[in-house]
Amino acid sequence: MKRILEKAVKWLLTASGFVTSVVILLIIGFLFTEGAGLFREPVVEEGYVLVLNKENPVSAMTAAEIKAVFDEDVVNWKDLGGPDMAIETFRLEDVDEYFSAEELGPQYENAGGAIAGLVESRPGMVAFVPGSMIPEDAGVKLAEDRNISPGEVFGGREWFPTATPAPLFGILPLLAGTVWVSLFAIIFALPFGISIAVYMSEVASEKVRGFLKPVIELLNGIPSVVYGFFGLIVIVPMLQQVFGLPVGESGLAGSIVLAIMALPTIVTVAEDAMRNCPRTLREASLALGATKWQTIYKVVIPSSMSGIASGVVLGIGRAVGETMAVLMVTGNAAVIPSSILEPLRTIPATIAAELGEAPAGGAHYQSLFLLGVILFFITFLINMCVEYISARNRAKNS
Amino acid sequence: MEKIEAKDVNFYYGDFQALKHISMSIPQNKVVAFIGPSGCGKSTFLRLFNRMNDLVPGARLDGEILIDSRNIYAPGIQVDELRKEVGMVFQRPNPFPKSIFENVAYGLKVNGVRDKEFIAHRVEEALKGAALWNEVKDKLNASAFALSGGQQQRLCIARAMAVSPSVLLMDEPASALDPISTAKIEELICEMRDQVTIVIVTHNMQQASRVSDKTAFFYMGEMVEYDDTKVIFTNPHKEATQNYITGRFG
Repeated sequence: MKRILEKAVKWLLTASGFVTSVVILLIIGFLFTEGAGLFREPVVEEGYVLVLNKENPVSAMTAAEIKAVFDEDVVNWKDLGGPDMAIETFRLEDVDEYFSAEELGPQYENAGGAIAGLVESRPGMVAFVPGSMIPEDAGVKLAEDRNISPGEVFGGREWFPTATPAPLFGILPLLAGTVWVSLFAIIFALPFGISIAVYMSEVASEKVRGFLKPVIELLNGIPSVVYGFFGLIVIVPMLQQVFGLPVGESGLAGSIVLAIMALPTIVTVAEDAMRNCPRTLREASLALGATKWQTIYKVVIPSSMSGIASGVVLGIGRAVGETMAVLMVTGNAAVIPSSILEPLRTIPATIAAELGEAPAGGAHYQSLFLLGVILFFITFLINMCVEYISARNRAKNS
Repeated sequence: MEKIEAKDVNFYYGDFQALKHISMSIPQNKVVAFIGPSGCGKSTFLRLFNRMNDLVPGARLDGEILIDSRNIYAPGIQVDELRKEVGMVFQRPNPFPKSIFENVAYGLKVNGVRDKEFIAHRVEEALKGAALWNEVKDKLNASAFALSGGQQQRLCIARAMAVSPSVLLMDEPASALDPISTAKIEELICEMRDQVTIVIVTHNMQQASRVSDKTAFFYMGEMVEYDDTKVIFTNPHKEATQNYITGRFG
């Protein structure tokens, strides 16, 4: 009876471990397939085509070029490798300017032919219309049907997923925003974190430590939206005044909030590492005539370096993945920041802010999953670092 | 000449009195062994000589301990200066997670020695003095953890001797080592007695009789008997000592 029970428990444990692993793998697989779907999406909005005059040698345009053309930033075909000819753009909304209601027919049934004729007669025109409207035998050509390329996504400097006719999915601004905010957060958190850890493990009396440690660990339990709120109410106006900014929401505000949030992790892990520094090592150092501070910076800190480093890396991990607080205080402008005082936007904040408005299955939706994949890789890399550092630590202490 | 003198020392961990009315004097350049059963206070007493017990919260001392006729517990005594004079070797080898060279050079560096040549010279001397030089001279930059336990303990002796202390305290220095390494440590103790006064705590009575000039027997926080080693091991005056060295208790 006992044996059967033990076997059952063993199988139960195995099964739970197995199921958990499978679920995690499924989530990752889902993330990856959805994310990779972006590269199967056409550059222009699904179902729409770009109609060009037959004599126009330009037959393919990148998403960025299409956006520039329709925003009238580019007004001549020669900029796109074509002849010296002015660009005329045509959107479906413009149809009333060119044709009367009679010409289009009561149900707009003639609109396709009329637009095709218009483009045929004007060599510099490009029209953005639903593909089904254009008759098969019309004397026009359609711009090449291309998919979004990885180069446009990973090298793109503009994130504009709701642009028509061609949305832009350049992730560089988001990546830059994430890196900037995390980097500055760590720069702020590191000196404070290490100092607090040294103070708590080496200087503070047991009484002070018994008070400080729970307080700092309590910081870990505060929901991030509360930090965001605090940042919005306190830090943002403060920065606006101190630096005379037009808006206080900036990368700096985000990094300060993140630094506060990363502190408990850094302090707790680093302090544990320092307290775990063997007493015999401290005694050896003191017995050689070293002072307390010499012992701290020559023996305690070096010998717990890997513990301190993993605390820092874990702190970075938290900073990189943090969503809500950052979303609330960074201003969310998807541009590559030229200074930390400008608004910027991070990858997690983008996912949180845009997933609600992205139609399921569309390019925008899939691009957000791709961001998720990128975030996954970043945190995965960070976790690998922690793993590596602590493995080295174990090897050293054995 | 007396190197260390204890005058009516009482020592307390909180309410517990660990040492009771101990007075003794340790002559210069001799080896003195402290023996006694576990918990008898011999390590505690040893650690008073370099004020290592200062680190224990709630510890308190009555009485005086003089080294070179100076009360080391008097106000105004620099503890780090004292510890430079009074080196210590611990029960388990405790090298720093640094290179062999850095381990031995550490004491000099924290005491403000900057002269690289002098440091290199002292490191070599100390390693030779600890009979370790030939084994490590080609790998001074290797981690100290790469050495065997016995080598690590000799490295710790070299580390303590590098700052040229006049007293060396050894707290069961061979208890974690194999017999061959133990023999080497004992040999070292005999060689070093010209340079330093050595106080050694040991559980191993043969070791005490082999290396020491004088032996003190501790029991329950009291020093029962203190005499020449020969006397203690052949003709002790107290019955407790007799019982302990013949193995009837302890």
